[in-house]
Amino acid sequence: MSSRAFVFIVPIVVIAVFWLMARWEARFHKDASHKGFFERNGKVLGIAFILLVAFWALFLVVLPYLYMVVESFHPTLPPMKRGGPEDVLTFRQYESLVVLPTGGTNWTHINAFFFSIIASMAVTALNFAICYPLAYYMAQVGTAQKVRLILLGLIVPYWVNEILRAFSLRLLLASKGLINNILVGIGILDTPIDFLGNNVGLYVGLSYAYLLVMIFPLYNAIESLDKNQVEAARDLGAPWWRIHKDIVIPYAKPGIASGCTMVFMFSAGALAAPLFLGGPRTLWFTSVIYNFFFQAFNWARGSAYAFILLFACIALVMLMLRLFKVSLGETIK
Amino acid sequence: MKSKHVMKAMLGFYILLFFGYLFGPIIVMSITAFNTPSYPQAYPFESFTTDWFVKLWNDRAMMDGLTNSIIIGIAVVTISVPVGLAAAIIMSQIYHRARSLYYLVTISPLLTPGVIIGISTVIFWKDVLGLTEVTKAVFYKGMVLATLGQSSFISAYVLLIFMARLTRFDRAQEEAALDLGASHPQVFWHILLPFLKPAIVSAIVIAFLSSFENYNTTTFAILADRTLVTVLAGQVRQGTTPALSALAVVIIGISLIGAISYEVLKRREQARAEAAQLRAKLAEQAEVGAAPELATQAG
Repeated sequence: MSSRAFVFIVPIVVIAVFWLMARWEARFHKDASHKGFFERNGKVLGIAFILLVAFWALFLVVLPYLYMVVESFHPTLPPMKRGGPEDVLTFRQYESLVVLPTGGTNWTHINAFFFSIIASMAVTALNFAICYPLAYYMAQVGTAQKVRLILLGLIVPYWVNEILRAFSLRLLLASKGLINNILVGIGILDTPIDFLGNNVGLYVGLSYAYLLVMIFPLYNAIESLDKNQVEAARDLGAPWWRIHKDIVIPYAKPGIASGCTMVFMFSAGALAAPLFLGGPRTLWFTSVIYNFFFQAFNWARGSAYAFILLFACIALVMLMLRLFKVSLGETIK
Repeated sequence: MKSKHVMKAMLGFYILLFFGYLFGPIIVMSITAFNTPSYPQAYPFESFTTDWFVKLWNDRAMMDGLTNSIIIGIAVVTISVPVGLAAAIIMSQIYHRARSLYYLVTISPLLTPGVIIGISTVIFWKDVLGLTEVTKAVFYKGMVLATLGQSSFISAYVLLIFMARLTRFDRAQEEAALDLGASHPQVFWHILLPFLKPAIVSAIVIAFLSSFENYNTTTFAILADRTLVTVLAGQVRQGTTPALSALAVVIIGISLIGAISYEVLKRREQARAEAAQLRAKLAEQAEVGAAPELATQAG
């Protein structure tokens, strides 16, 4: 059987196993108050619910992902040869991240990979530093009216879409942009600074794009902290930095973790900001993937790279959560 | 006391900086939409013009993209809102051992980078639709694939919205209706759906907006077609023109009008609800209050 057809079997087996388990439990551990799914929803609606969710979960989520995994283990072939004798399972696509076809080391892609990961971590740290004070202010200090105003102010700029926001930053930071025009105009600079070329644009763009993703989880987490705890610590003479270090931050840890996780995942997977604000010599890992699809038409390798990125990100997030002793369940909630 | 003033000033300064960072680029962009130079420039301001808006209006590619974006948005809403609702209902009833796997599967599109969703959609549907010539000719199109790819993660947003609302649903209402002889579909249409109405409205709005402004997934799934955002992306990559700034001004204008009318509607509805509540309370007080008052008078 072809490896691609195999993808369709896996979900069916999983569903069958759970269904049998449920039947088994219903038969041997009878619970009189328990009602079956169709009893609770009626036949027509029950079937409609199941069909809708099955279509989504299988055809839009699970199968495409599995199919892409399988694709990434296939060689790059022209459409005619797909499914032919040369279409065997191989690790070649994954190896190519490290090894060039000529045998040398693929530094371009390795650098792009590590640059994306490290820069995303930097952006995450930057956003945490920028957002934490405001989240704390909104959650603990500000009056309800002020908080509502701030919330509005936070949301309004994000009505403009991602691409135009990147464009607006470019208008500020380009060598003919506003900042350089003013600095040169006043006479502080003789020649404009190349903000886009030295990646300032990239960092600012990513940070700007994901500010809200950081601030809302922080705000939600700090908001439920009892104000009396902070008061008590202050009365007992704790300096402000100890109040944050020993009370607010430990309390808000799940929120901090979820904000950081999301900002990190989003920046590592970002496409618009690196494409429009990155310097000409900067290669973001998603841009490499993008090029495999649109310039090289090498879908198998693009898939493999996409999975390397996904697994690296998940592994790193898990590691960080373990290091800071936060459980994944708390973070997703 | 003095340090408190210093802290307050620093706080004010910080909030000012924060919102400067947030609004600055957008304000600058809006100014460039009204300035004459063909390279978008806010300073120096040469002279006022609205030519860029006219140019925007005459941009065929952008207008085509806009139409496509709206069509895809409507299609995504019609898929993802029912799917998200069904998924939320199943979430509350599913076999307990399967729940964590179900949760993982349905939430995973939110944690997966949009790039991967786009790529997997194209790779999978190209082969599935390619099975027969007819499906390939009819459905293997950028618009269809973009709709499918976007629905994959937008359904998950919708699921979260419905889940939040469903946790506040009182199952006793449903039981009561069933005991009084309502059928299951009747309970669904007359009790559950009206209860979920606010969530349905916000799900529709959020689904449409996320579809409309999606880039990462769409840029892969759209194939040879184009949406407003992919057209924009192409233009930003090629160069910069104040027509893009003009578009931003239009978008901000439309959003502002939308937000204000939403706020007004909400206030009006709230006022109406409060008035109704007050009337009910007064009526109740009149009924309940009458008895003790009579009693005291008698005593």
